[in-house]
Amino acid sequence: MSEAGATAPILACRGLTKRFGGVTALENVSFDLHRGEVLALAGDNGAGKSTLIKAISGVHHPDEGEILFKGERLTLANPRHAREVGIETIYQDLALADNLDVGANVFLGREPVVRALGLLPRIDRRAMRMAAAGVLETLEIDIAPKKLGLPVRSLSGGQRQAVAIGRAIYWKAELLIMDEPTAALGVPEQRKVVELIHRLKRQNVAIIFISHNLIDIFAVADRILVLRRGQKAGERRPAETSHDEIVKLMVGG
Amino acid sequence: MAPSLAATPEAERHPALAFLATAWSWLFLVLLAVFFETWARLAYGVSFLLNPFNVQSIALFAALPLLLGLGQTFVIIAGGIDLSVGFVMGLAAVVMARVMQVLTPEAPALALPAGILAAFLVSLLPGLINGTLISRLRVPPFIGTLGMYGVARGVGFLAANGTTVPVNNPWLFAMGTGKWLGVPIPIWITLALVLVMHWVLSQTRFGQYTYALGGNRIAAVRSGINVKRHTLLLYTISAGCAGVAGMVYTARFSAGAAQAGEPLLLDSIAAVVIGGASLFGGSGTIIGTVIGALIIAVIQYGLVFINVEPFWQFVAVGVVIIVSVLIDQSRTRLTGEAKDE
Repeated sequence: MSEAGATAPILACRGLTKRFGGVTALENVSFDLHRGEVLALAGDNGAGKSTLIKAISGVHHPDEGEILFKGERLTLANPRHAREVGIETIYQDLALADNLDVGANVFLGREPVVRALGLLPRIDRRAMRMAAAGVLETLEIDIAPKKLGLPVRSLSGGQRQAVAIGRAIYWKAELLIMDEPTAALGVPEQRKVVELIHRLKRQNVAIIFISHNLIDIFAVADRILVLRRGQKAGERRPAETSHDEIVKLMVGG
Repeated sequence: MAPSLAATPEAERHPALAFLATAWSWLFLVLLAVFFETWARLAYGVSFLLNPFNVQSIALFAALPLLLGLGQTFVIIAGGIDLSVGFVMGLAAVVMARVMQVLTPEAPALALPAGILAAFLVSLLPGLINGTLISRLRVPPFIGTLGMYGVARGVGFLAANGTTVPVNNPWLFAMGTGKWLGVPIPIWITLALVLVMHWVLSQTRFGQYTYALGGNRIAAVRSGINVKRHTLLLYTISAGCAGVAGMVYTARFSAGAAQAGEPLLLDSIAAVVIGGASLFGGSGTIIGTVIGALIIAVIQYGLVFINVEPFWQFVAVGVVIIVSVLIDQSRTRLTGEAKDE
């Protein structure tokens, strides 16, 4: 936090504005995000949270304003482009292929291929499984080795979340956008995801965290950015604010 | 202090049952063989399985639905269905026969490769159209391929002038009835395609993307897989397999017929489903489809062998399809692979 503040931000948004027809979904929103920092996005439904993260992840193109990533101005063509520069979004539905195992999901679309008998192309499943096990280990996620070979639908919600995060980390995500990562989980698993976010922070990943849950927000965020009707209603550090104040910023008044 | 994110170990609770549920198609094939063997010995005092003629007949029975089922396996795993394969097969058979009919008097040796090439190219066309309709124009697979079922049927009968197209060509006859190492050529052709398709499905990126597409289309799209191109290729492969089936048909009977594959469509889908594929996509194997095709062939041939009215075949195969789907439903519970939440 304080040490992160000394360096240049990994992400800087300046005056982002996005209109859909006559509706201004996002108006002149600016903020900074540093490596190893968690920024929570709070706001009521329709406050512009989704529009903001979609602008950063390449889904929407802002009408005004600019996005600086690692000091350079970024014009994202599409989500794949965002992923290539190191911005990974983990959606609520996780985008895992439930019928494939952990390794296959981590490498989906980017499988390592070897040649059997120097001729026939073959996916290197062993390498995939070992690399997946490796990344889960660095994230201190405990999935039984025999589960790594099973379809991910046999994993718990929290484990699946971890696989999605592991995939992003394996592919060198430097900025992780997490859309309601705890919403679909039971309480014990929510806590584990919160722990995981702390660990990612220590590994210097920058995180934007969207949640409706103020308890989670206060548990993980270094700063809270509150949006209301597309505008920045305020930015607070958890230590210097309260649930009441954040709610007031969210609903106005 | 790693948090343990353990899921409920549903799968470990009944390992034996779970194994049965996954291996049931093998088991069923063995049971069927034992049943007919016992019947043959008790009723006629002969062996069913130890008779090479019976084994060869069963393999030949299985070959054509299996050829259709190979491409169908890919399509079904990806969450689609291809209803057009039977008449695409017929169209390819007719075109091959027509081309060979014309060329045989001039160049009998050249007529065979020319016929094969023509049948293959003609079979790809409906596949490309199916794939384009489904991937680009968002036509549901059931409807798109049902339309092609009609189109291929009509064009096939038009190309055949409404009758069968006989060919008298020694090379074609050799392809259809010749043997190599004691095994008929059509079985070698089927075996070769089985091996290729098994490799592609289980070992390559293409196979992996096929499973991903059936498991979660959105995940496939977000992973950067070219889903439209992949879908196009899937239906083209399915049609290509139907084309090969058409060639084998024409070779075996020295004639092409538009209705050649008509009864085989359901057999091919049944083979895929009995082999453990889910019609909702995401699961299935080539080995499973081979077992499925053999089960159907054993039932069909076995019932003829023990002198049961041939119409019972339909009943038996129908029951097996329903039972295999029921087993698929319970399997998801037994192995803990149910989509919970």
